[in-house]
Amino acid sequence: MNNNLKEITILRNEEISPGVFVLTIKRNFSFVPGQVISIALHAHDQPRMYSIASGTQDDEVWILYNIKPEGELTPEMAKLKPGNTIYISKPEGNFYGTARPAIWIASGTGIAPFVSMWRSGLKKDKMLIHGGRFLNSFYFEDEFKEALGKNYIRCCSQESGAGVYQGRLTHWLKEQENLVEDRKYYLCGSAEMVVETRDILIEKEIPYENIVAEIYF
Amino acid sequence: MKSLFGNTLPELQNIVLDLGLPKFTAAQITDWLYKKDISSIEEMSNLSKKARTLLAEKYVFGLVDHTKVQESSDGTKKYLFPTQNKKFIEAAYIPDENRNTLCVSSQVGCKMGCLFCMTGKQGFQSNLTAGEIVNQVRNLPEREQISNVVFMGMGEPFDNLDEVLKSLEIFTSDWGFGWSPKRITVSTIGIVPAMKTFLDQSQCHLAVSMHSPFEEERKKLMPVESVYSLEQVLDTIRSFDFGRQRRVSFEYIMFKDLNDTTRHVNELARILNGIRCRINLIRFHPIPNTPLEGSDDASIEKFMTALNDKGIRTTLRASRGQDIFAACGLLSTKELVKKKEDGDY
Repeated sequence: MNNNLKEITILRNEEISPGVFVLTIKRNFSFVPGQVISIALHAHDQPRMYSIASGTQDDEVWILYNIKPEGELTPEMAKLKPGNTIYISKPEGNFYGTARPAIWIASGTGIAPFVSMWRSGLKKDKMLIHGGRFLNSFYFEDEFKEALGKNYIRCCSQESGAGVYQGRLTHWLKEQENLVEDRKYYLCGSAEMVVETRDILIEKEIPYENIVAEIYF
Repeated sequence: MKSLFGNTLPELQNIVLDLGLPKFTAAQITDWLYKKDISSIEEMSNLSKKARTLLAEKYVFGLVDHTKVQESSDGTKKYLFPTQNKKFIEAAYIPDENRNTLCVSSQVGCKMGCLFCMTGKQGFQSNLTAGEIVNQVRNLPEREQISNVVFMGMGEPFDNLDEVLKSLEIFTSDWGFGWSPKRITVSTIGIVPAMKTFLDQSQCHLAVSMHSPFEEERKKLMPVESVYSLEQVLDTIRSFDFGRQRRVSFEYIMFKDLNDTTRHVNELARILNGIRCRINLIRFHPIPNTPLEGSDDASIEKFMTALNDKGIRTTLRASRGQDIFAACGLLSTKELVKKKEDGDY
């Protein structure tokens, strides 16, 4: 099978939270924030897609991923060391961020495209709502806390902590009375989160044409 | 114990060799599994007693009965099947004057999150095995009347490609059901890499869920557009030689004041130029919490005429089984799914 994948060397592969890694490679291509690359361990393997989690002007490309125990790729990818190689595609997809005001909603590693948008300079008039199970699920939180302040909402379903909403992000959304209708809502994460969140937004009279979703599958 | 039903001939050859049985036993087994009307290993009367005993120690025959059937006022029947991991799927049998179609599912639930589909609302629970896919045909009381099978039930078939391809092999091989591939249509929202593999490895018909020719509009209806665009899908289709017998069709749900305009007719004609295909218009069947409305009959008729006038063969799919929630976009076993409490949000 010709996947059009190119071999590239891993610079770092760091576990930032139990079972969650940032894989770093040199940036030798251009991309639009929000795009994905396909990754495989070998040239003819079936690749999997991952959102780029770094900025368009960064020298390095970051890939945020978590180990799926039943998966074929991530358990092996987690074992890779600097100097090992992987195979990647060109950037693809069109879940593009814009400079316009927007509300970003992510669950788990679905934060990745928003990290890319943020680090690419799409910072003005943004609100970020991030759902996770544990307090260590809020990847890149220091960066967002400092810059977004009260426009950065962390929703933790299993633990409680200072400054963190205790409950699912969908519960937080249901409690909001005045969601802005004329902004775009970008959703990224599991299909369950996207579908449930989209239903809540529609119920709250957000026009569905203002809801843009990317599903990880 | 594992099931024999759902294994291909090469897989069964490995199984019998592992058990120390002669290789030709596999062909005898496929005959019993896919051509005869039995339901237990014991009934495989031309296998030796020893062979049957060895098989029964590790395998079951593997057929699964439906647990419920609902019948529509229009004759459509919806069957509920349990799956191996205690979930449920639905299949719809649609009898008609000239053809009797079985609509099968390929997954429990679906990941793709299309705005207009009930299956998407229940999320994704699991893939079906090839055996569970084929079982929907094998268990059907009306199976001798089936003229066509469409993979348009629950799930995205190309998100479960390996098992779907295996099921197609069972349906179309001489050692299996022996059907012509032209009796089968597999529908996809357009998972491009898997679609390429399907086009390479199968001769069955392809149907693509389009629903809008415009990227931004399609993105709002179908998140997959952000990952695999319609443009990529069409480029892939153009690159394949479909021959004269194999068909590609595009499914198009008609939404009022959204995708039923002259502008859409013109864009469809433009992007499909050079692709020998047909368009299958579908009435929208409303689902809860969806801000979409179906086009009225007059608009659908006008749209269909306009496309046919532009040389694109366009038909309107009859809405069947609406009263039992068996029509397009309505299949769901959400009520039978226990919500995951350990989700990542």
